[in-house]
Formats: sequence, C-alpha cells, structure tokens
Amino acid sequence: MQKESPKGEAARTPVLTVRNVSYYYGSKQALDDVSFDVFPGRVTALLGPNGAGKTTLFSLITRLFDAPTGRIEICGRSAADHGALALGPLGVVFQQPTLDLDLTVKQNLRYFAALRGLKRKDADERMMRALDALDMAERIKERVRALNGGHRRRVEIARALLHSPKLLLLDEPTIGLDVPTRTAIVRHIHELARTDNIGVLWATHLFDEVEADDDLLVLSKGRIVARGVAKDVVAETGAGDLGGAFRLLIGGDTEQDIAA
Amino acid sequence: MSSMHLLRAFNGIVWRELLRFLQQRERFFAALVRPLIWLIIFAAGFRAALGISIIPPYQTYITYDVYITPGLLAMIQLFNGMQSSLSMVYDREMGSMRVLLTTPLPRWFLLLSRLFAGVAVSLLQVYAFLLIAYFCGVELPPWGYLAALPALILTGMMFGALGMLLSSTIKQLENFAGVMNFVIFPMFFASSALYPLWKMREGSLWLYYLCLFNPFTYAVELIRFAFYLEVNWQALGVVGGCLAVFLGLSIWAYDPSFGIQQRKAGAAAAA
Repeated sequence: MQKESPKGEAARTPVLTVRNVSYYYGSKQALDDVSFDVFPGRVTALLGPNGAGKTTLFSLITRLFDAPTGRIEICGRSAADHGALALGPLGVVFQQPTLDLDLTVKQNLRYFAALRGLKRKDADERMMRALDALDMAERIKERVRALNGGHRRRVEIARALLHSPKLLLLDEPTIGLDVPTRTAIVRHIHELARTDNIGVLWATHLFDEVEADDDLLVLSKGRIVARGVAKDVVAETGAGDLGGAFRLLIGGDTEQDIAA
Repeated sequence: MSSMHLLRAFNGIVWRELLRFLQQRERFFAALVRPLIWLIIFAAGFRAALGISIIPPYQTYITYDVYITPGLLAMIQLFNGMQSSLSMVYDREMGSMRVLLTTPLPRWFLLLSRLFAGVAVSLLQVYAFLLIAYFCGVELPPWGYLAALPALILTGMMFGALGMLLSSTIKQLENFAGVMNFVIFPMFFASSALYPLWKMREGSLWLYYLCLFNPFTYAVELIRFAFYLEVNWQALGVVGGCLAVFLGLSIWAYDPSFGIQQRKAGAAAAA
C-alpha cells in the first residue's frame, strides 16, 4: 500500500494518478492494468527489468504516446480532458540527454523557460537559483558540449525544476555517472522532494538510489508486482536487502536483469 | 494558457533556431555558395546560349541570371526546409524533441512555431544571397525586394511543411540525406526555375506536364511575380493549398493520438 504522508490533507492528494492503464504494441501487451499514485513530498522509485514497460509508462505520462485505456492525471488534470495543458506541473529528466550541445547552459535554460512561458527576468533568477543548488552556477556561460556527463545531467535537472514543477519524472537520470556525482544527485533530489514538496517518480536500476523510506513500485512484464514503502516491501519478501527482494519479486537472478 | 505564454514560447523557438543557425557558420556559407555557383557559373554560361523572350511578369528582355534568381531563391528555401526537417529528425534522435513535446503547448502550435523559425532562417539566407547577387549585377525592381517578402514567407512555409511531413516518416537520421536528394533535385529541375515552361514544352511535352504538377514551379512563379509587384493568383492558390495539405498531414503525423510517430516509437520499443 502507498504510504500516507504525515503532512496532512494536501500531502494525501496525489500529484500523479495512474489508473487501470494498459498499452499494446500491436498484439504485444506492454502494460497491463497499471495503477498507482505519486504523492507530494515523496520519492517513488520505479524498478523493473528490461522490457518491463517503464519507458512506455513514462511516454504515456508525458503524453508522447496517447493512453487508449485507463486514465492518467497530473495534479488532477488528465491529458484526455485537458490536452497538453495537463503537462503544466510536470518536470522531466529523460534517460537520453536532451540538451542542445551547441548552445550554452544559459541559452538552453532560457529556451526551456520560454517554452514554459516564464518572463526573462524571472527565468534568469530561477536559473541562477537552480544552478546554484547544483553547484553549476559558474558554468552558465559554457557551451554544453564542453561539459562532462555529470554536469550535463545537473543542468538537465536544473532545467526540469525551472518552472517549479509539482511532479518530477526522472528516467534513470544517473546512468553513466561516477559514484560521487550519482550520490550528490540522489541526495539533492530527495532533499528537493522534502523541502519543495515535489512528488518524484524515479525510474532506476540501481538499488542504492532507493532510500528505505521511499515509495517503491516494482514493474515486471507490464504489471506492478509490488508496491509500498521500500523497507516494508523488503520485509514482506523476507529478503535481506532490496536487491534480494527484487530478485524474488521478478524471479530473476542478478541485478543485470534490471535495466532501462 | 495565456497568449503571453504562447508569444514567449514562439519567440523562444524562433530565437533558438536563429541562434543555432548563426553558430553553424558552415551551414550559412553552404546555403549561399550553392545558389551562387548556379548564378555565377551556370547562369554566366547560359546567358550567351539561352535568350529569354518577353514573358510575364517581365516587360522587356532580361538576362538569364535575372530569370533564374527566383528559382535560386526557391532552391535556397527548399534546401532550408529540408535542413530544418533534418534538424527535427536530429532533435528527435538526440532527444531534444521530447523537451518540446512535453511542454503544455498544443502540438499544432509547436509545429507551426518550428515552421516559422525555419522560415526566419531561410529569409536570412535569401536576403544575404540577394545582396551578393546585386553586387554580381542582378538588379531587380527596388520595391520588389520588399514586395517579395510575403511570397517568400509563404513559399518558405510550404517547403518547411513539406520537410516536416517528410521528417515524420523518416525513421533514422541516416536515411534522410537520400530522401533529401530524392526530393530536392527532381523538384528543382522539373520546374520553371531554370527554363520558362514554354521552352520546356518545346523540348519535352511530358516534362512540361511534370513541371505543371510540381509545387516548386508555382513557388518560383509566385516569387518571380512578387518581385515585379504582381500577384500570380494561380501560383498563390497552389502554394497556399500545398501548404495547408503538408501542414495538416504533419500535425496529424505528430499527434500522439493518431500520428505515425506513435506507431513508429511503439515499433521501436517493442523490438
């Protein structure tokens, strides 16, 4: 069961609601009756092996695909009823890098701010705040091409936060990064969820990125096979740790089963 | 969503395309060198060999380089339209298209903004070319430079929409170069860009009819007439009609509910 946040009524109103969503590629079923909620101030980790349907789920939530069955609501608004407007409170960091390499950090962020309808002055202030929080403020005038993978990721996270989203989707944001960078990003996102009351849906294949108090969804073959607070899920399976619990839940052997 | 939001987003999309174009200097020079070779080398040779009789909108005999200038402007725009769509395929492969498509803005607005951004880039190229052509001796009616602007916007949009439609059907970046050549050169050669249609009819009747079915012909004529402060209504109708069809199909193709983008992505994910 999803853990209820102690922050009162507002915290119990989900920022993301997914209900009975199924999806087919031709005759192949990618998602089977998936339902879950993401609450403000909480990090919800989404674990699943290759082909589990995580990417399809993200594509449906971000409206890159249209959901033929079921319902997806972001802060109470569904794309079916409100179209692209439903994506207003959403911030996304995709697995694939999406920055424009030929533009500077500032130009990339200003472009995104314009897409979100922010005023130039407001955008510049938010940009500095977000970059500052990620120790990237001094790189603002550099071309993205000159940044390393970790710094590019930080810029992408800063960009996703520019418009103060209520829901943040992260599709394996730490992939390919070194351990210190990864740890810093994980810590920052958890802090952000708590301090800014953002609901986070985090797809990952690295167990150490999931904190014991995070909400956890385990997706296998298009179905959610376990949900709840991570430490409770581990306890219910009787495994010693999350990796062991995961293997028991999906019937796999190693961590290599888990991937994008 | 406020109109101010739409305006800011529109400005942002156009600004980004202009910035990218100005930072890719090679692209700017390539865009100018191509038509200049046609103008300076090809037209100089044909100037002596090919006489252009008085045909509308011309009031007197003109030199061949004056004749082919509207065709070269359309060629610049066609190349730019294809280049913009190549950039869309690139953005899609590199992922930055997702940033655009996951904003709370309608798809038609995003595509239209991208289209305008491409046209803005093509206008920079067109007027830079006209400036060089002027110093090479190609003189057009002074007011024509301004009068041709609406025609150039319209033709630029038509070629951009065509490119956008093509980009929606292309699965991989590598395939696009072939498609570009397959589209650009037949469109350019089978049109009134290089020879008047009556001359084409004398040479080959089937080629003449092919030119009549080619939207590029009408884009060239729309620009040609506009430079002489005239409107070729038939050309305007065809260009407007083609723009509506290409744009409508592009919006359909990029719509998550109906479009081929979704089916394509689905096939890739299922593989």
